[in-house]
Amino acid sequence: MSEFWSDYTVRVVFAGSAMVGAVSGALGCFAYLRRQSLVGDVVAHSSLLGIVLAFWSVYLVTGAGDKSLYVLIPGAVAAGLASLLLTRLVTRNSRIKEDAGLGVMLAVFFGTGMMLLRWLQRAQPPVPGRSGLDDYLFGMAAATTSKDLWMIGSLGAAAILTMLVNWSRLKVLAFDPEYAAGIGLPVRWLEVLLLSLMVVGIVIGLQIAGVVLMISLLVAPAASARQWTSRLGRMVTLASVLGAACASGGALISATSRNLPTGPAIVVLVTLTFVVSILFAPNRGLLFRRRHLAD
Amino acid sequence: MEVAIETRQLTVAYGAQPALWNVDVRIPLLKMTGIVGPNGAGKSTLLKAILGTVPRLSGEVVLHRDAGRNGTAVGYVPQRNAVDWDFPITVFDLVTMGTYGRLRWFQRPGKREREEAREALAQVRMEEFADRQIGELSGGQQQRVFLARALVQQASIYLMDEPFASVDAKTENMLIDVLHRLRDEGNTIVLVHHDLTTVADYFDHVVLLNRKLVASGATATTFTPENVEHAYGVAGQHLVQRHP
Repeated sequence: MSEFWSDYTVRVVFAGSAMVGAVSGALGCFAYLRRQSLVGDVVAHSSLLGIVLAFWSVYLVTGAGDKSLYVLIPGAVAAGLASLLLTRLVTRNSRIKEDAGLGVMLAVFFGTGMMLLRWLQRAQPPVPGRSGLDDYLFGMAAATTSKDLWMIGSLGAAAILTMLVNWSRLKVLAFDPEYAAGIGLPVRWLEVLLLSLMVVGIVIGLQIAGVVLMISLLVAPAASARQWTSRLGRMVTLASVLGAACASGGALISATSRNLPTGPAIVVLVTLTFVVSILFAPNRGLLFRRRHLAD
Repeated sequence: MEVAIETRQLTVAYGAQPALWNVDVRIPLLKMTGIVGPNGAGKSTLLKAILGTVPRLSGEVVLHRDAGRNGTAVGYVPQRNAVDWDFPITVFDLVTMGTYGRLRWFQRPGKREREEAREALAQVRMEEFADRQIGELSGGQQQRVFLARALVQQASIYLMDEPFASVDAKTENMLIDVLHRLRDEGNTIVLVHHDLTTVADYFDHVVLLNRKLVASGATATTFTPENVEHAYGVAGQHLVQRHP
């Protein structure tokens, strides 16, 4: 066992997934409270197209495939934001409602990404470095390199720091945006900021949790944490801890069992956490409420 | 009459549906003004247009020079159902939000802000609830907390959207006392109000609205059965009378 822990790869994987879970857990609280979970899922799914296109363009330019996060994350960000911008464009200029627009955009971006991914994998002659790209569907924490770790760490730290600096403003924005505008806060700008933070929280986790299941790491820790506390600060802290625990736990499960993608392992853990929270949390837990009613 | 808020040819629309149409209204300084009109008359929209949180299609809103243009000059109390009361903050947190408008970019609410929040809570007699989660309050208590948040802003103009909706009579009396005191201390109060039977008692000035301006002026001369009937369509007479 000690041999297992001293293994460099294991430590990189463990640290990377813990960081991802901590960041997405914290930022997910704002998505949860602003009822933007679906927006987060659209960003996550849509980023597949960006990942594939980024990989492909680098191959076309350099002649070699590069799967490092330095290449793929900018692509993921661009595709995620593009899908949200297109949704806004469509819902502004037609009678289509936001949820329908988001649903359609998710399907279009993810579907196109999926098609290009399969095409890329079957292309002859084979594109060098293409194997492992489909790990982005369900996540493969074991593929994390120390170079990726730096990318995850610096982006995650920047996002958390930005959140803390703007804490009061983000709090009033999430609670009462109209009031925030009334007291002269730059609401438009803050909304873009919060959305960007959420996008960062999502894209740094794609390699570990995968585009399909990343949303669980964003929303489930927040929903679980809300059960245990009624203070925003504690909720964000607890969601961060739960996220880190579930993500690193999932990464270890996946790393120690052959070919098990990390995303599903994480989902199992966050689901367990969520079920326990929804049943047993004091005050808000279902069992507590049942007992309360019986008294 | 010194004017606190003046709108000129104000038009606001949501989509193709005009909510306010060419409204010219002058709200007097240091008075308590009631905005009344039927549902969908654009009363809340008028407040939001003054606050600047809904886009104007045309026209302008001019505030009294003392109110200035800085964000904390206008204290806004939204309708109670405008926010999610399950949001994880305490009563004290919510009231402290009133100070955020004057905090500098890297500043956090400090000792002074906390002191002010405590004072505002005392004014609406909610000190003992400071540490409660906001969802644990009754409707009337929630309204008092919203008022405390506006008080903390140290505004000179207060815009309130139906503060007495589903509030018990005791709380309503308490709130109206606080508001009258606030007015007497040199502030301008504007309320969207639903209950026509109390208009004459509460307000110095009345604005009758039904998408267009119906009438505006001192309550005694403006709040007449004819004007009410004009704003509400039929049945104006019996709406005004306390005992039909």
